[in-house]
Amino acid sequence: MDAFYIILTATLIALSCGLLGCFLILRRMAMVGDAISHAVLPGIVIAFLVSGTRDSFWMMGGAALLGIFTTFLIEFFHKRARLQTDAAIGVTFTWLFALGIILISVFAGQVDLDQECVLYGEIAYVPLDLWITESGKVLGPRALYIAGLVLLINISFVYVGYKELLLTTFDPTFAASIGISISLWNYLLMGAVSMTTVASFESVGAILVVALLVAPPATAYLLTDRFPALLAATAALAVAISAGGYYLAAWLDGSIAGAIVTVAGVLFGLAFLFAPRHGLLTRRWRQRRQRQALAEAAAGYRE
Amino acid sequence: MKIEAKDPVVEFHDLTASYDKKPVLWNIDMTLPQGALIGIIGPNGAGKSTLIKAAMGLLPLASGYVRLFDRPLDEVRRRVSYVPQRETVDWDFPTAVLDVVLMGRYGRLGLLARPGKADREIARECLRKVGMEAFARRQISQLSGGQQQRVFLARALAQEADLYFMDEPFSGVDAATESAILSILQEMTAQQKTVVVVHHDLQSAAEFFDWIVLLNMRLVASGPIEKVFTPDLLQETYGGKLTVLSEVGELVRKRQIPSREKY
Repeated sequence: MDAFYIILTATLIALSCGLLGCFLILRRMAMVGDAISHAVLPGIVIAFLVSGTRDSFWMMGGAALLGIFTTFLIEFFHKRARLQTDAAIGVTFTWLFALGIILISVFAGQVDLDQECVLYGEIAYVPLDLWITESGKVLGPRALYIAGLVLLINISFVYVGYKELLLTTFDPTFAASIGISISLWNYLLMGAVSMTTVASFESVGAILVVALLVAPPATAYLLTDRFPALLAATAALAVAISAGGYYLAAWLDGSIAGAIVTVAGVLFGLAFLFAPRHGLLTRRWRQRRQRQALAEAAAGYRE
Repeated sequence: MKIEAKDPVVEFHDLTASYDKKPVLWNIDMTLPQGALIGIIGPNGAGKSTLIKAAMGLLPLASGYVRLFDRPLDEVRRRVSYVPQRETVDWDFPTAVLDVVLMGRYGRLGLLARPGKADREIARECLRKVGMEAFARRQISQLSGGQQQRVFLARALAQEADLYFMDEPFSGVDAATESAILSILQEMTAQQKTVVVVHHDLQSAAEFFDWIVLLNMRLVASGPIEKVFTPDLLQETYGGKLTVLSEVGELVRKRQIPSREKY
């Protein structure tokens, strides 16, 4: 049962991250996920200090606000200070993350949080933290419910705003010309990324979140050439790497999060080499076959 | 030299726009007529693209206003179509040709609505008009520059607007595509639609347009081509650049001898 809970939680988180990641990589903002996942740290700490609880609702709220603030800062440095996007991202998130670390260390006595846990998380503990009702009924792991709720919110968000998200990603100028607000949809997407990142912190850690935001969509991008297919392939990869990662970790008796990212990396490598249209080796083979066919045709012509 | 349109569809009123705090358009004040193929001509950095972006509300104005169909843009958005420069989008995006044309229908659909059968029908028809129906299911990364431009034109047609702003629709296309696009634009103006085109090639401008706007950060001239496309005004627009001047002289000479082949 523990294996099932862990794989299911990982899958739900991977699905959420992959869904948003598809938009992020096409917007060339993959690393914004990285930035947000680190920059929300002060938001979590402040939310904790204000509310006094480690209730996920507060944490998520504080983090989502900080996530949007991060996006705003990145845009601001990029547009106003004419800084390159990647430089703006780098400056913003390292600074906010540092701020979060200072907050944690200053209030160390009062804060039951540490950056180790935020950065690395530990998915193996998912089945230990159960949601038990007042009447004593055990409903299953808390993280599972949070991951499910976050996935539901993300799916609804993308379902409602599918056209707008797609158009502001593909052709923002045209989107603006038909009256769709580019910045509104950008901030909504970033809000969703921050919410997802934070909700996934406790169970899987920031590093795994970044990997899940980028690796499955990037792999699916190599395999598909339609956006709906990209989403479907990303979802399939999310399931595959969660289950594959868990069993790899069980076999190695190692870190589950580490194993999940490893599997994601291996699948990306395979897609890079063998993808039907764009794979490195498939392209080589195709060229060689074409050359042979040409040579044969030329030989036949000479005869 | 400025000639006001009798039946104006577009009105720029004392418009000043800046880009990165540096003004690129000064006091543009003019009206453009309905049913005309209008060329915006000027040297690089003259603010041609900025002018149509300003008309579409895509950048903040320092002063002045634009009225389309005698109304603010937000009230008539569905009647107006904008075609960005081809280079502004990522042509490796995972999407098919027909999906891009369908985006032209998005402005008419509510938040939750998806393009329906009728929208698909219209999109197919628009692809047929630009001669790309065989490419409907193709991924856009497989298109040539001219084909990309045709797809953008099809998407604009799918908007079924009355006024079109196009940013360099003839840039980087082959001769066949150029004449195909031109004949579609002429067909549109014959149906009393208004087409405003940013164009940088003087040579073809002389043949394409009914109405010319000469722009070099300020408005040099606006009016019917036979009144405005003169050596003096072109010289004023392009400044004292010798090579351009001699080119202009050559052009005017060619225009007076109508022996030049039409494709």
